[in-house]
Amino acid sequence: MKRLLALGAVVLTTAAVAWAGADAQPKASGAPKPAITKAVKGEQCVESNDFMRRNHMKVLDHHRDETVLEGIRTKKYSLKECINCHASEKTGSVAAAKEDFCVSCHSYAAVKIDCFDCHSTKPQGSMAMHPLNAESAHYKHKLAAQANSKVSAEEMAGVAQ
Amino acid sequence: MSELKTMSDNTPSSPERRRFVGAATATAAGLTIAPGVMLYEVAHGRSEEQAVSSAVRWGMLVDATKCATGCNDCVSACSTENGWTPVAESQHPKQAPQWIRKLELQDPLTQMETNLPMMCQHCAEPPCVDVCPTGASFKRADGIVLVNRHTCIGCRYCMMACPYKARSLVHESLNDTQKPDVPRGIGCVESCTLCVQKIDRGDGNTACAEACTAAGHNALLFGDMNDPESEISKRLRELPTKQVRADLNLNLGVRYHGI
Repeated sequence: MKRLLALGAVVLTTAAVAWAGADAQPKASGAPKPAITKAVKGEQCVESNDFMRRNHMKVLDHHRDETVLEGIRTKKYSLKECINCHASEKTGSVAAAKEDFCVSCHSYAAVKIDCFDCHSTKPQGSMAMHPLNAESAHYKHKLAAQANSKVSAEEMAGVAQ
Repeated sequence: MSELKTMSDNTPSSPERRRFVGAATATAAGLTIAPGVMLYEVAHGRSEEQAVSSAVRWGMLVDATKCATGCNDCVSACSTENGWTPVAESQHPKQAPQWIRKLELQDPLTQMETNLPMMCQHCAEPPCVDVCPTGASFKRADGIVLVNRHTCIGCRYCMMACPYKARSLVHESLNDTQKPDVPRGIGCVESCTLCVQKIDRGDGNTACAEACTAAGHNALLFGDMNDPESEISKRLRELPTKQVRADLNLNLGVRYHGI
């Protein structure tokens, strides 16, 4: 409060140029705003953005119980499908780096996510579906090398891309 | 008194009523399916939105006479499918998970050797479920005994209660090495799930049984023990089979032949 008053006094006693300077300065407090990147796959989420921002944890919890206890594995509200769309292009994950989809908001809101203690943060699927999953790409080469006689270096480079 | 009697008549848990409700549901399901679809497929070919039902009981028949010495294919297939580190590759072998393990037994008198895989026996009356303080250890309607990791607190009572030493605890962080279909993590108990992710997908077989068949041994047969027409039911009718520790009266989902 004192600081605000002091700032106000300074602002009042300086010229209009100084006003502009004070406005442009970043706010002293607050963590950097979360970087929300658009999903790599898909156009529209299963619900509106506003709904998902407030309620994603509720629908995930409900779906989780149905899946674990009753074996209902529908795609809507499934954590796996969230990851399939929202895995970042850089890391191929939703929670590996600070800018990744889940972590960026959760660290801003200071809410710990437990999901990824057990759940994989990376999408499942073939290389064609997820060109960023470098680990499985590597494995695929191994399999291909075993099945066929030889894989040329060009081919390997092609798949890896 | 008469009121009491009426109440007991209406109790939904009376066996007659249960049987009737079961039959009615089955008929309804049978009527709604497309023509040409065989009736026995109703139970297995469950739609995505449909919950698992006790009309099915998944089970496995292990033919120990066909189980080969030195073969470890079922164990490695399980490890690959479910993403757990095999004992040989583990940094802490004593803590390593063993969803399935190969046992080689020898009769000290006759020197006869028996090979068999040992895993969660998917009891109809599971002791692990009885002792679980949080309800995390549970039996799914189709007979698969699972751990709900969302409620497991890692107390390991179930590990002590299990007569088959089928469960293990994840001691260390897995650092995002899990399979997307098989969540598992630090501080939770885990065991054989009969490849529940594959069953829910409709594969109708487990990774271990597939590997055993692929290796040409055919020692593992997976199927629905409630369906009299299933391969496993037919074999169970023909072969003399045993339950391990049958004296405990747990009604196991895994039956052994040749032990």
